Amino acid sequence: MVDLMRRFFDSDIWHSFKRNPLVIAATIAALICLFAASLAPWIAPHNPFDLKTLNLLDAFSPPAWIAAGKSEFLLGTDDQGRDVLSTIMHGSRVSLVVGICAVFLSMVIGITLGLISGYVGGALDAFIMRVADIQLSFPAILIALLIDGVARAVIAKENHDQVAVYVLIFAIAASGWVQYARTVRGSTLVERNKEYVQAARVIGRRSLAIMFSHVLPNVMGPVMVLATLHVGTAIITEATLSFLGVGVPPTQPSLGTLIRVGNDFLFSGEWWITVFPGLALVILVLSINIIGDWLRDALNPKLR
Amino acid sequence: MSSAKTLLEVCDVAKEFDVSRPWLNRVLEGQDKQILKAVDGVSFTINRGETLALVGESGCGKSTVARLVCGLYTPSRGSIVFDGVDMAKVASDELRGLRKRFQMIFQDPYASLNPRWRVGKIIAEPIVSHGLATTRAELKARVGQLLTQVGLSPLDADKFPHEFSGGQRQRISIARALSSNPEFLVCDEPTSALDVSVQAQILNLMKDLQREFGLTYLFISHNLAVVSHIATRVGVMYLGRLVEIADTRRIFTRPLHPYTQMLQSAIPDLKMTGKQRTPVAGEVPNPLNPPTGCAFHPRCPHANERCRRERPNMIEHPESGQVACHAVEEGRIDIKIAA
Repeated sequence: MVDLMRRFFDSDIWHSFKRNPLVIAATIAALICLFAASLAPWIAPHNPFDLKTLNLLDAFSPPAWIAAGKSEFLLGTDDQGRDVLSTIMHGSRVSLVVGICAVFLSMVIGITLGLISGYVGGALDAFIMRVADIQLSFPAILIALLIDGVARAVIAKENHDQVAVYVLIFAIAASGWVQYARTVRGSTLVERNKEYVQAARVIGRRSLAIMFSHVLPNVMGPVMVLATLHVGTAIITEATLSFLGVGVPPTQPSLGTLIRVGNDFLFSGEWWITVFPGLALVILVLSINIIGDWLRDALNPKLR
Repeated sequence: MSSAKTLLEVCDVAKEFDVSRPWLNRVLEGQDKQILKAVDGVSFTINRGETLALVGESGCGKSTVARLVCGLYTPSRGSIVFDGVDMAKVASDELRGLRKRFQMIFQDPYASLNPRWRVGKIIAEPIVSHGLATTRAELKARVGQLLTQVGLSPLDADKFPHEFSGGQRQRISIARALSSNPEFLVCDEPTSALDVSVQAQILNLMKDLQREFGLTYLFISHNLAVVSHIATRVGVMYLGRLVEIADTRRIFTRPLHPYTQMLQSAIPDLKMTGKQRTPVAGEVPNPLNPPTGCAFHPRCPHANERCRRERPNMIEHPESGQVACHAVEEGRIDIKIAA
């Protein structure tokens, strides 16, 4: 473990990280978001979902630094008197969980199909890649809407709220696997002809073992970069779907839901209800994207 | 034909590759399928404990023969019999048993080791795959022993391949090949990517290991100096066919086939003997469209009408080995005796 730490602090990546103030700032911002989101039930100043603590007299209270604001609601309250800061913390929790789970699921699907496609080749490869092409010709949002629509038709309304998050994760994952499959297939085509793979075949390893123990570790580099950037995209997709009202149910709002709810009050002057969740979304996605972009450059030996 | 001495018998093996353009392009542009005959009817046997070297120019199919023998390609025609068992006909679980008896050493020491695996894991792969070690300690001891055998340290097991030089990597390759206690090693140009000084070390290591374990080698090379150092017998390939096969001594002192003579006289020497050399005329023809009859006839100084028309068969030569040449058969060539 100590050895691993020393190797990390000695690596090119760490040196590149130290010289890049923007990335350091983005990492700190992302960590704060992650921290606030994951610990929301314990560190949030209020519990916005506990109806007993809500008071309608607190509704539409502006942020604390404005004259009419109350000091206990730092970023103001919404139409039901819920503390905006607390809803943001709970909301980014939902957003991050959906984003990360969706990325993980599309990684698993994409990597498996890409490996099989590249390693086995032939008709199977052609079939998987044509499916990917077809999928790419539809926008991700459309596919997610389609899956969500089907799920709504199949699942009874009273049960739908419970499974909504899973449907959302699956919908976003199903629209994102193509990138992974293509990237992995491309790298697999290169790796499978290298002599270490042939050596494993001469030894008599089975194809599946060669795919996952030999080829997979050598194609993971670009996949990790893709995954980091994809977390940002997935969070945006989730926010878009929730904004359109087909995402998570209002009982567990995500950042997208909060922005939609607040949007109704924008023209009546209660701007804080929608602007702060929007700002949180921008900071979260922007910092993830900055980290992803830097990672792509740092891991690319040609740009060093 | 197969005797107790024979370990590997390759009989009339051919390998064709489909190199045509995609189906849609072919239909649109009205092209036919293009078939590349990489290996076209090659037969030879290897006896236990000997080293057969296959030599030839780039693209003559020698590496394809190596891959066919190892089972990386399936032959389009012909049979490969290893120790009396036809490899095309055995059941898959029996093939697994056979697999640990032959291994391969590859050309490029930078591509033949998985860059993400530690050396110990690389060498242990055949042992684990064939279940040759029962405990972790036994496995570790065996890997250490193999590393010592190839002239590395047991401590090197914890390093990654990129921490080694080309020659050291080739030693790791050899250790991996030896780890399943094989009888037969296929070496596909194992020294061509190495410096000359390192080449000699690796060749000597291979010779020592052969003596110690009674190994049999199929050695692919384009370097005649290397071949004369390590081989007991030499097969000369040209455009997917074997043109001559004989004892190393005979090949180098009394080459029969005009192509072998051409190769032999092209070996540079340091003594400046001023000997008469046959200039290497012409280019290797396109293997997609090989010449009719004897494949060598466009470059052969002895070619006549029969050579252009009729493909020569391998004939036994009274002295040693076999040769496929009409001119030799008819006695049209005066055999030069090299110094």
